[in-house]
Amino acid sequence: MSNEFFATLALTFKLAGITTVILLIVGIPIAAFLAFSRFRFRAVIETLVSMPMVLPPSVLGYYLLIAYSPDHFPGNILRDWFNVQLAFTFPGLVVGSVLFSLPFMVSPLQAGFRSLPDSLAEASYTLGKSKVVTLFRVLLPNIKPSLVSAVVLSFAHTIGEFGVVLMIGGNIPGVTRVASIAIYDEVQGLNYSMANKYAFTLFAVTFVLLLVVFALNRKQALWKPF
Amino acid sequence: METVLIEADIRKKLFTASGELTLDMKFSVDRGEMVSVFGPSGVGKTTLLRIISGLTAADEGYLKVDGEVWFDSAARINRPARMRPVGYMFQEYALFPNMTVKENLAFAQPVKDPHHIKQLLELFELDMLKYRRPAVLSGGQQQRVALARALARKPGLLLLDEPLSAIDPEFRSKLQDEILTMHRRYGITTLLVSHDLPEVFKLTGRVIVMEEGRIVKDGNPFDVFAANRTSGKVQLVAEVLKVEMEDIIRVLTLLVGNSLVKVAVCDNPEEQYKPGDRVVLVSKAFNPVIQKIT
Repeated sequence: MSNEFFATLALTFKLAGITTVILLIVGIPIAAFLAFSRFRFRAVIETLVSMPMVLPPSVLGYYLLIAYSPDHFPGNILRDWFNVQLAFTFPGLVVGSVLFSLPFMVSPLQAGFRSLPDSLAEASYTLGKSKVVTLFRVLLPNIKPSLVSAVVLSFAHTIGEFGVVLMIGGNIPGVTRVASIAIYDEVQGLNYSMANKYAFTLFAVTFVLLLVVFALNRKQALWKPF
Repeated sequence: METVLIEADIRKKLFTASGELTLDMKFSVDRGEMVSVFGPSGVGKTTLLRIISGLTAADEGYLKVDGEVWFDSAARINRPARMRPVGYMFQEYALFPNMTVKENLAFAQPVKDPHHIKQLLELFELDMLKYRRPAVLSGGQQQRVALARALARKPGLLLLDEPLSAIDPEFRSKLQDEILTMHRRYGITTLLVSHDLPEVFKLTGRVIVMEEGRIVKDGNPFDVFAANRTSGKVQLVAEVLKVEMEDIIRVLTLLVGNSLVKVAVCDNPEEQYKPGDRVVLVSKAFNPVIQKIT
């Protein structure tokens, strides 16, 4: 029982960790694009990115499940060409988590980028630097508080997600059973002491993570134009 | 080597606080010249620098620098800012807060040259501050860092947007000397936006005067500003700060440059002064007492 408890927690943090790393790689370019682009359909992309914040998780989970299904596109392509099966597997959970935590990575970063004066990027361009160099050497280092918020919020939100995970992952111990699902499952089985263990762990972890964000952002006061 | 460095003929529609305005300028700048662009705020001085540096695209026209086309609307050429070897000093400095003074300068260099950085740090008296971050520097220090950074990449052309606007008068004079020293040492062609007349006279041998997006005068500052006024009279532009009645005369408190002057005027109902009025203070040539400041 104890082994299963730790296996479930390990899986939960593994999922949150991998999701956060992928989100960093995907989210930074998206946030930079949304903050600086004057592309005509930017609002559409912004809306799509923000959707998971307001959409019922079961709706997202339902569509993902349909998409993963080998009977439809793109699930059939994934199976036939890459031999990948996403429904009720860990990779499937990662893909789902990346999608539903996307706004929690993108919004803080986007707000951070927008808070910087335009002249900072412009100065970098006039010094002969490319957009990529400017992004990594000038813009990102100056929005560290936003970066920390984005990482912690994405991580915490992935740990806490229930609806989507249940729909696309189910409850397979050691494969797709994460802590939030385990709590529900233990309560269903009237195993309250176990549910309590999971619940308290999640409560404590989330508390500490958010505390870190607020403490850091307080210390590193927001952008202050001289 | 050609003597002409910049050839420009540009037009751009601007939307300013006071309405729509068309920037329409045709001019050339010789190699090694230090030229000031003078005019009230909102006439497109900064936009001109932005167009030259590539941060803003002109609507039409062309811009040729050092024999190369940087912008040509007819040929659809617009070289991106990062491909133009200019040193641009922003009005708000735009120093990178995450880097120290030295790192700000080093970041600007395409090829690392510690010797050049050392030279700049010494020239602008920044050596003591090289490990500080911009946030802890004073306005004047930040301005010096911004100027040093603009020079750190060894640009072919230097664009300074109101480089000394935020500096108190005492220190301003010292920095003007530094700009002159810098210009003498590196011989770099410089365009300087300013709305401070003494600065224009002190730093530049040529001034382009702009009004509403157009060049209205272009030439030596003495010819441009003093041509019709060398009549043996001293003329000072002043602003009325206060109007007081004392017995039967009116006393005006005027701001001339940075000093306050009290002047008595007759109570002429035709000429009513109120605070905020711009006036000309005229004195005959034999009247003023001139003393050299030591």
